[in-house]
Amino acid sequence: MVNEKYKGLEMRKVYGDTMIKLAEKNDKIVVIDCDLSLSMGTKEFYSVYPERAFNVGIQEANACCVAAGLSTLGYVPFVHTLAVFATRRICDQIFLSCSYAGRNVKIIGGDSGICATMNGGTHMAFEDIGVLRSIPDITIVEPTDNAMMAKLLPIIAETYGVFYVRYPRRMTVPVYDDNEEFTIGKAKLLKDGSDITIIASGLTVSESLNAAKMLEADGISARVVDMFTIKPIDREIIIDSALKTGAILTVENHNVIGGLGSAVSEVLSENFPTLLKRMGVNEEFGEVGAQDYLADRYKLTAKYIYEESKNLLKKKAR
Amino acid sequence: MDFKQLERFSADIRITMLKEMAYLGSGHVGGSASIADVLAVLYGAEMKIDPANPQDPDRDRFVLSKGHCGPALYATLALKNFFPMEWLKTLNKGGTKLPSHADMKKTPGIDMSTGSLGQGISCAAGIALGLKMQKKDNYVYCIIGDGEMQEGQVYEALMFANQQKLDNFVVFLDWNKKQLDDRVEKICDPISPEEKFRAFGLDAVTCKGYDVKDIYEAIERAKTVKGKAHAIVLDTWKGMGMNFAEKVGYNHFLTVTDEIADSAIKEIENRLANGTYPKGDLVW
Repeated sequence: MVNEKYKGLEMRKVYGDTMIKLAEKNDKIVVIDCDLSLSMGTKEFYSVYPERAFNVGIQEANACCVAAGLSTLGYVPFVHTLAVFATRRICDQIFLSCSYAGRNVKIIGGDSGICATMNGGTHMAFEDIGVLRSIPDITIVEPTDNAMMAKLLPIIAETYGVFYVRYPRRMTVPVYDDNEEFTIGKAKLLKDGSDITIIASGLTVSESLNAAKMLEADGISARVVDMFTIKPIDREIIIDSALKTGAILTVENHNVIGGLGSAVSEVLSENFPTLLKRMGVNEEFGEVGAQDYLADRYKLTAKYIYEESKNLLKKKAR
Repeated sequence: MDFKQLERFSADIRITMLKEMAYLGSGHVGGSASIADVLAVLYGAEMKIDPANPQDPDRDRFVLSKGHCGPALYATLALKNFFPMEWLKTLNKGGTKLPSHADMKKTPGIDMSTGSLGQGISCAAGIALGLKMQKKDNYVYCIIGDGEMQEGQVYEALMFANQQKLDNFVVFLDWNKKQLDDRVEKICDPISPEEKFRAFGLDAVTCKGYDVKDIYEAIERAKTVKGKAHAIVLDTWKGMGMNFAEKVGYNHFLTVTDEIADSAIKEIENRLANGTYPKGDLVW
């Protein structure tokens, strides 16, 4: 049954509960917050494991480096703040004190892209993946729904290294069965197809599945891939999709520069040049509004994905 | 405590560091020279370390937040047998284990990679917190620069160290009065550092940063103060201990030929024998 366990829950509830469960088994897990524990879903962790939870205040740079220091003693720190601060504000701290120093630190960035809704443009990270993707030894994941977040967290905790988790924090559209298993670096083929492949991540996955249904009604067979690991990207499925469908559409809640679309086009250009269209935010800043408004404003809904698929298929036919 | 022996060790650190830089032809002389004495006290007297087991979980830790002064630390670690003296000939050369800025992945005895100012002090505070969580009685020592005091992250780390009552954490400020471009006070003056540390809640004192006895006593005193993180301001001069670095305006990064090194080494031996320090004739 799809997401029965997590029905009606915000992802932050699932995140917080899962962290508490993980901490029960792994006494090295440490939670670090920057005055956003309520927002990030870690508040309850402080009552259960107060000796392993530190709200350092509004100082992200220090939080990141304290985590790096803790990791030298074998701790597995999870640092929480909003995606904008977790990436563009502390890029150098992640680079040097975490990745370059070979540390085991998990950076959790809440409210990526349009999920920042009422916080508006200042808080709308359309560049977070781009900021971190060129740093070596960092894994970037974007959990699609609650079931995936609950399954990925134990893997993230047990896998040594720096992770950036792009975390939507509020309501997500359920896509996966509660018992679905995931492997970091291996994309999920959600629907097979032969005419076009839509590669999505995060909130654009469910929209892409809806778009594929709309295309199906027009007799178009669309493959849908959930690329929840942006780095290292699943090269195999990208090349396989290009071979089998001959047209690739990427859709991301991020600037088309530096994120999923860039990563996919890099793989294609070097291995199997293929007709490609990158959908996402086109060199624009974010703005304030409800998520529905923003999804339409930045053309991240099924309707636009359907239209772009048709446009791409016209090019393919030429 | 045998302070004569510690003075000998600090002289050896300076001498070894100059030879190390002479192999290469240049180096961050000024800021490396000014921390030689505190390194001598730490590695010669204070720190619980085992060079044969640099990853000993029960060791004290050291973080050189002003990571560009790696060469002084490498000289110290080589003298303590963390690695062969021969390695010093490879400083900054392709494939070396001794890069300009301290690198925990490359060099035995380096507890944190540093080089972007302001970060090391936070990492060191994190290590101190972790040692407390593990209920260990080890200390974490960290050196920051006075130019580094211009980085905002330093103050984040100080607030954190105070909040967490990290009394196993000792921050040294290498108050050598100069940064790369000019005197610190002419660029952006971190005025009254000792008062500043105290205002942030730390236990703070100032000592003669070129006097091993004074430094040792400052650390021993700090260890008696419980429940507070510690700051020790090392009042010293950039390039301390060698004329060619003391008596030039710009001494952040200098050419070090064999002749310059040999002359400076004679001078260091001479100063050690006569117990003299520069007295007001420094070039600003």
